[in-house]
Amino acid sequence: MSAMAAEPAVTAASLHCINCGGPIQLKGFAHTLTAICPSCGSILDTSTPLLRIVQAGQTRQQIHPSVPLGSRGKFDGHEWEVIGFQIRTMTADGVRYDWAEYVLFNPYRGFRYLTEYDGHWNVVRTESRLPVLQGRRARLDNVSFRLFQTGQAHTSYVMGEFPWRVQLDEQVYFSDYVSPPEILSAEQTANDSEITWSRGRYVPGKEIWKAFHLKGSPPPARGIYANQPSPSAHKLGSIWKMYGLLLVALAALALFVRIARPGTEVFRGSYSFNPRSKAEASFVTPPFSIQGRDENVKIEMATDLDNAWAYFDLALIKVDDGHAYLAGREVSYYHGHDSDGNWSEGKAHNSVRLASVPAGRYYLRVEPQMDNNANTPVMNYTVTVRRGVVIWSYFLFAVIFLSIPPLLTTWRRYSFERARWQESDYSGFPGVKATA
Amino acid sequence: MPLQNANCPNCGAPVLFRWEQAVQTTCPYCKSILVRTDIGLEAVGKVADLPLESSPLQLGVEGVYRNTPFQVVGRILYEWEQGIWNEWHIVLNDQRNGWLSDAQLEYDVSFLAPSPSPIPPAADLKRGQRFQWPNAVYEVTSLTRAKYRGVEGDLPFTYWDKSEVLFADLRTVDGRFGTIDYTETPPLLFLGEASDFDSLKFHNLRTFEGWQL
Repeated sequence: MSAMAAEPAVTAASLHCINCGGPIQLKGFAHTLTAICPSCGSILDTSTPLLRIVQAGQTRQQIHPSVPLGSRGKFDGHEWEVIGFQIRTMTADGVRYDWAEYVLFNPYRGFRYLTEYDGHWNVVRTESRLPVLQGRRARLDNVSFRLFQTGQAHTSYVMGEFPWRVQLDEQVYFSDYVSPPEILSAEQTANDSEITWSRGRYVPGKEIWKAFHLKGSPPPARGIYANQPSPSAHKLGSIWKMYGLLLVALAALALFVRIARPGTEVFRGSYSFNPRSKAEASFVTPPFSIQGRDENVKIEMATDLDNAWAYFDLALIKVDDGHAYLAGREVSYYHGHDSDGNWSEGKAHNSVRLASVPAGRYYLRVEPQMDNNANTPVMNYTVTVRRGVVIWSYFLFAVIFLSIPPLLTTWRRYSFERARWQESDYSGFPGVKATA
Repeated sequence: MPLQNANCPNCGAPVLFRWEQAVQTTCPYCKSILVRTDIGLEAVGKVADLPLESSPLQLGVEGVYRNTPFQVVGRILYEWEQGIWNEWHIVLNDQRNGWLSDAQLEYDVSFLAPSPSPIPPAADLKRGQRFQWPNAVYEVTSLTRAKYRGVEGDLPFTYWDKSEVLFADLRTVDGRFGTIDYTETPPLLFLGEASDFDSLKFHNLRTFEGWQL
């Protein structure tokens, strides 16, 4: 209907304070039920055409809200104007806590609220759905919120306009449930005629500053707020997932390496050693060739030792220049039976790995040593030389090394949650003492 | 929909019905309350000036509720200790009529519904009380004592008592909404749901100085 478009726009009503005569312009149009005179601070009931003084000239220190009255900001796709500001107060364990609440208005979309405590901001709107309460949990939209605190609060300071009748010092009961970055709050009037649920979302100060085009930077946030999202919260799941993927990749690599590189056997010889023999213990093997690029060589000693030990002095010697790679290994295997049952210690085989051995012709000098007494048996053993074996411990180091970032992130998350719940009366968090 | 036209028996101005089935309307010029009788219109009283209010809605506003277009044809303005609220009478394209309540710009759409179970008398109703009805559990979230402060446009009933009556708002976990209205005995029940401003796709809204829709 074209006639509708001709209808004049609703204009903001201008009033004069009946206490001091100062001008008051109502930015909330007729929704405003309480206005505070900017000149004398009187709280006026604007619901009657004649106005009514609720409280004349608040005795007050001058308070400057960090988002000034009249500021307009855009968020959630719409523009909002700050029309009211109040300080609300609660006392817990003898300590007074003050926080700020801003009334935001849009003539079509109604009211939103902005709360601020110690540099922590929330954008809040009333919730038309009823959360389901189960013990210390409140569930809404399949999000489970945990009870964080309950208390009594009252309004201790007001500025601007409010779409309700402001009563200073009137107590309301509130319960806060959190599921960062959201907070769900129930507010009940003292006479219990009404319960109002509201849902808030944590917004970093700098976003508020940006939305309202404020100069400077927001006051730094101190401590951890009830529904402040943990900085690592969104990362934690993905970082462990990444770790899992890396482990799978590592396992695939290990499997591949195991199949592709079993370690080439370049020499094998079987010998006996009699410790009671007067003959020279050391001997050299026939020469053998080691090929390929510089990499490791593994010398394995497999013996038939049984409740005995032996020590092998080893030298891998290059034929053309006599360069020797020296190593020594003990092989010892003992077992028996006592009051605790069967026991065993050590193994009848051992090995030694030489890193980075160039290709060439080599021979091995072996010198076994054993106890030289009557009941030491003759040792039969096999020496095997392998080229390019897989060093499995590297994989283990990789697993440990890769686990550092997810473990650190998990620890940070834990510490953050612990600090959050230290402020709660309903902690239940391990290591945090509940005060209620 | 063809609208029947008549003249105001008080001032002679043309009266336009927005809703065929309206039982009562108001003269847009002299504010007389007009009741439709077999022979025509009868002026039964005059509406006092409506208090200043700032709903973006007005008679003639069009919108869409759950894909069905509707028009705002009338309203009742209620007053309580915390101000006023509007119950806008809406007529949908599917011939249903219902109510679009605007309380401080929180919008709920509801329709008169038979009560699934007897509703207790006003004195026995408590905040927090629950009704296990077939489609949901409704909880009483607020008890409001209010009286009607004015009417405008086409309404489905004629009787208006100025005494204070109890209204109970009901809510559910999934955003359903209900009102128990103790204007009549037994009380009337309206059931519906909370509706977001933008979802209702309004047209012909009032404009506000310094604001864009």
